[in-house]
Amino acid sequence: MAIYVNQETKVVVSGLTGREGRFHALRNRAYGTQVVAGVTPGKGGQEVEGIPVFNSVREAVDETGANTSLVFVPPPFAADACLEAADAGVDLVVCITEGIPARDEAEVYAYLQQTGVEMIGPNCPGVISPGKCNIGIMPVEICKEGSIGLVSRSGTLTYQVVHELTQHGLGQSTCVGIGGDPVIGQYHIDVLRKFEDDPETTAVVMIGEIGGDEEERAAEFIKTMTKPVVGYVAGFEAPAGKKMGHAGAIISGSKGTAAAKAEALEAAGAKVGRNPTEVGQLMANLVQG
Amino acid sequence: MDLLEYQGKQLLGSVGVPTPAGEAAETSDEAEAAATRIGCPVAVKAQVQVGGRGKAGGIKVAQTPAQARAAAEAIIGMDIKGHHVHRVWLEPAADIASEYYASFTLDRSAKKYLGMVSAEGGVEIETVAAESPEKIALVHIDPLLGLRNFHVRRLLFGGGIPKEQHKPMANVLTKLYQAFVELDAELVEVNPLVVTASGEIVALDAKVSLDDNAEYRHKETFTAFHEIFATDPQEKIAKEKGLNYVKLQGNVGIIGNGAGLVMSTLDVVAQAGGKAANFLDVGGGANAELMANALELVSGDPQVKSIFVNIFGGITRGELVAQGIVDALKSVDIRQPIVVRLDGTNAEEGRRILADNPNENLHSSPTMLDAANMAVQLGA
Repeated sequence: MAIYVNQETKVVVSGLTGREGRFHALRNRAYGTQVVAGVTPGKGGQEVEGIPVFNSVREAVDETGANTSLVFVPPPFAADACLEAADAGVDLVVCITEGIPARDEAEVYAYLQQTGVEMIGPNCPGVISPGKCNIGIMPVEICKEGSIGLVSRSGTLTYQVVHELTQHGLGQSTCVGIGGDPVIGQYHIDVLRKFEDDPETTAVVMIGEIGGDEEERAAEFIKTMTKPVVGYVAGFEAPAGKKMGHAGAIISGSKGTAAAKAEALEAAGAKVGRNPTEVGQLMANLVQG
Repeated sequence: MDLLEYQGKQLLGSVGVPTPAGEAAETSDEAEAAATRIGCPVAVKAQVQVGGRGKAGGIKVAQTPAQARAAAEAIIGMDIKGHHVHRVWLEPAADIASEYYASFTLDRSAKKYLGMVSAEGGVEIETVAAESPEKIALVHIDPLLGLRNFHVRRLLFGGGIPKEQHKPMANVLTKLYQAFVELDAELVEVNPLVVTASGEIVALDAKVSLDDNAEYRHKETFTAFHEIFATDPQEKIAKEKGLNYVKLQGNVGIIGNGAGLVMSTLDVVAQAGGKAANFLDVGGGANAELMANALELVSGDPQVKSIFVNIFGGITRGELVAQGIVDALKSVDIRQPIVVRLDGTNAEEGRRILADNPNENLHSSPTMLDAANMAVQLGA
């Protein structure tokens, strides 16, 4: 068992006929993920390397039994694609698209709350359960099957930490990139809850960054967890009031600083690394004794 | 994008929020002429993207056009909390009876819109929140429901707004909410929202921040307001080249791929005893052209003494990144030493390409921490 995705996951890709969508969907399939359908309005009936394309997610779900949506469409159409997937009855939406207006994200979040559909992202690298399923843009080469769960707001920083873990011989149960925007579908705390309940996960790495108070909320949950957590927070050197690449990575007034987040994690009993290398080392010490 | 007061007022005014008519001025001549047209007394107000300008002497009331001239002379060129004052806004000095507070924003924690109203306007809302939180009404709004009458009533009663003002205030709040949604604002805040001696309600100040991700829906607004901001010269070039760049105060130039990794790189440089000169995220595809643009931008900053290129090859393969750097070095003339750290997919092949193309300015290190140390030492 892994969290969010497994061998039973059947993916419908919104934007399969676009350049990015096609490239990554085919990579995901090559990894063994069941990519069963694509959606591009007006291109229904076509195929992409044997994957049937439909005009709507509803059709794709009816015809193929897809239960997970992967969204690659550009920002002006992305919120609609997420809503369409939720409305069509998938269990999970993974939205890779970066640059979606916050108002659209807030509306999507509100609708998902009503429907009970879970969403990872937007503005995220996706989710991988090594050896089982890869949905999104994460590089599979650096991952290894194992029992460490990882949750992070950022892409390449996740890869860096995964790489450090793998070099220590520590494989991963599931790596979840939740995304760098202010309003996203699943937050650190949601993913930690799932790792806590997942029998295949023995320890968790949580990577945070400046902005918002989600790391602090996650810290409250960590206090109650039975599994050990190693934390890392990026952005100690970030000045207040400036967006650091991610739409959600901004210190507002005195709120959302890296120092406050790292302190909250430590106070909750997590070991906190000062850099990605230290995170790998701390986890190795913890697991290998 | 944080707008200046008068830009915010223009936008709020366009949806029907009552705002005072006024004029912007960049010189004392312009200010004097504007004061003459508006009619004295006028308020002369510094236009900066930061609060607390009143306390800093950035707002003056002038009884005559000559006084307005003197006020503008004193204010233009001032430095308010690190923000240079390039222009002032002049508007009729208001005859204030009461001062309220009103705002709409996106509450990240609740994932809902948040409306706030208080009869205690004219002071910083953070102060009111700390000293007498019961005087502020906080009402969450479901984005799919929108602002309803019951929300407005909760804001008015909860904020302590006198009953005789409820009707006109409800109208203003509805307009403010409309502005918040239609402009894709992250924040619309009016403090103070005043009732004048003659009973009119007017937005005397306006703080409006627009969502950069929604720029495609508001092209004209963004274009009109962007050109007004005299940003840092490096930030200006970055914007033209589409690079994600933030100027910082140190001397180690930073180039990396991915926002999280770049933030982490700034921290690691600090841990090595240095200070980053900038944040620069080249994003997913680190090709030769992108690397050339990034290296040109960072090396053009006179404060930069060394450059740290920190790339983690994911789907972008290490050998392509390395080739990009080698190609970039041929097209860009760089005087500072560059430390490249390549890791991840095909990193070894990438490092071999760097080794096969020796350049006295080019150094390579396999780990992030070693590379940070090297970059800090070379920049010392």
